[in-house]
Amino acid sequence: MKKYVSIRLFNIIVTLLIIATATFFLMKQLPGSPFNEEKLADLSEEARQEFYAKYGLDEPLLTQYGIYLQKLMTGDLGESFYYKGQSVNGIISDRIGPSALLGTQAVLLGLTIGLILGVIAAFRHNSIWDFTTMLVAVLGVSIPNFVFAALLQYFVGLKWGILPVAFWESYQSSILPTISLSLIVIALIARFARNEMLEVLQQDYMVTARAKGLSTTSIIFKHALRNALIPIVTILGPIAVSLLTGSLVIENIFGVPGIGSLFVDSIKVNDYSTIMGITIFYSAFFVLTMLVVDLLYGVIDPRIRLADEKR
Amino acid sequence: MKTAEIPDRKYHPDSSQALDEAMFDPVHVNEEDQEKISSPPLTAFQDSWLRLKKNKGALISLFALIAILLLAVFGPYMNEYTYEQTNYDAAYQGPSSEHWLGTDKFGRDQWTRIWQGTRISLYIAFLAAFLDLLIGVTYGMISALFGGKVDNVMQRIIEILIGIPNLIIVILLIMLLKPGIFTITVAMVITGWVNMARLVRAQIFKLKGQEFILSSLTLGASKFRLITRHLLPNTLGLIIITMMFTIPSAIFTEAFLSFIGLGLQEPHASLGVLINDGYQAMKNQPYLLIYPAIVIIAIMVSFNMLADGLRDAIDPRMRK
Repeated sequence: MKKYVSIRLFNIIVTLLIIATATFFLMKQLPGSPFNEEKLADLSEEARQEFYAKYGLDEPLLTQYGIYLQKLMTGDLGESFYYKGQSVNGIISDRIGPSALLGTQAVLLGLTIGLILGVIAAFRHNSIWDFTTMLVAVLGVSIPNFVFAALLQYFVGLKWGILPVAFWESYQSSILPTISLSLIVIALIARFARNEMLEVLQQDYMVTARAKGLSTTSIIFKHALRNALIPIVTILGPIAVSLLTGSLVIENIFGVPGIGSLFVDSIKVNDYSTIMGITIFYSAFFVLTMLVVDLLYGVIDPRIRLADEKR
Repeated sequence: MKTAEIPDRKYHPDSSQALDEAMFDPVHVNEEDQEKISSPPLTAFQDSWLRLKKNKGALISLFALIAILLLAVFGPYMNEYTYEQTNYDAAYQGPSSEHWLGTDKFGRDQWTRIWQGTRISLYIAFLAAFLDLLIGVTYGMISALFGGKVDNVMQRIIEILIGIPNLIIVILLIMLLKPGIFTITVAMVITGWVNMARLVRAQIFKLKGQEFILSSLTLGASKFRLITRHLLPNTLGLIIITMMFTIPSAIFTEAFLSFIGLGLQEPHASLGVLINDGYQAMKNQPYLLIYPAIVIIAIMVSFNMLADGLRDAIDPRMRK
């Protein structure tokens, strides 16, 4: 176990290093700049040098890279090129609230609806409930989240005028983005819960539970669901990924001031340091989630042996 | 299966025939008959097709995809407009007999643009899936066949690549390479092949340990024969299934990139570009959003359902 974790941690560090390096040099290669080129050209040579020096752009590339890595080690993502005088760390922490709220709400909503659908589908196998659940599962996986969000925005927001569409003002503003984000979560969990439940229902201990006269609720919650949910950690990975990518477009569509929309905006204005910062932030979040998922898997279900034990 | 014929004496329940000893003779079964194959042998392909045919959803999806494919090929030629032909006098027209699905902000015919866009989206997706397959299968095969140190190093590389959130890398690459059909494909393939490589490697590893490979080796089969006759055919199902799941995710990625403004540039159309344009105009011209949305949803649903069906049909053990 210790060996496994240390190998994984080593991999994570290498991964993040590669990402940091790749993003750094990619950004340096990019055409265009976040600064107003015309204004810069008007400046005297001296003033221009001073300006570059302020952002550390006067050093040779490798020195810049070294400084960048050094800062990164201490968790400093540098200063934004676009939002003058603000650190990338500061911008990210300002924006993390809405993203975290949406992500949490989407997971909770998806988990609740997905589980209800999945359990009903399994208990009424091959009924209309089962069919509907599978349909929701296929649609949820298939419909691109931004298409769903755009349609929601059009029908619920514009046509029927029930909920706010764009501004991040009250709690109500978070309802539509949450639903858009949770669609894929619902689909993944419903499908997963249904299949696991179907398997569990065939086990001998279910017959025992029924034979000793337990009520249906007790059978569902104490025996079936608990056992069916053990492997649920396996789909946490895909869910985390879809929430991450979903946040990029959905925050943009609904005007949520979160990290996803910050990333897309930074791309549009060539704010390199912010792009790099968010890339590293996202990657770190992603690899750490994967690590936690894999560790949880081994802890929850001892039958699963960690990959390296037999290498 | 045919029942073995009972010899001469027959027992008639209605006749008042007394039981005689001969009735208790064991029935003779011709053992050679038992081994006879009663129906013509099926190839793996026919077998899968029989199973797929029973899956209504998959079958409907297959026909829907064929229809969409035909429309993507012939649709743009079905009226007199081209996808880039602008007509500012006819901008933002609703669907009519003149323009079947209306026109966009430049007065371009939306029917033509939708099918042109579908064509490009499908082209990108197929190309990306094919390149994924080429790289992934080669990488996975090499890793599994050489084993040992080579495998170890190759797997470490994969472990690191898999830790990278691929959409972010795709976005960064496209910022560098400038959007275009080829660059979008390349950016998707750079991270996309990893999944295929892992699956192929695992499958080949599993096959390598099985008896039929050993017997083939003992009979003196060459490595080439082993790969082409035994290993690849037995991995084909897995490869097809993985590819079927890759295609919709490539379509999604392309549309996603276009939607955040990193996709194809005007006047080119792809489903993502059309949805993005439609989204900008949806307040007054909802049809510009809704038709491309229907097409992309139909493609995605069909591909996913067909892929599910194929998975069940090709390898029922993989059902989950």
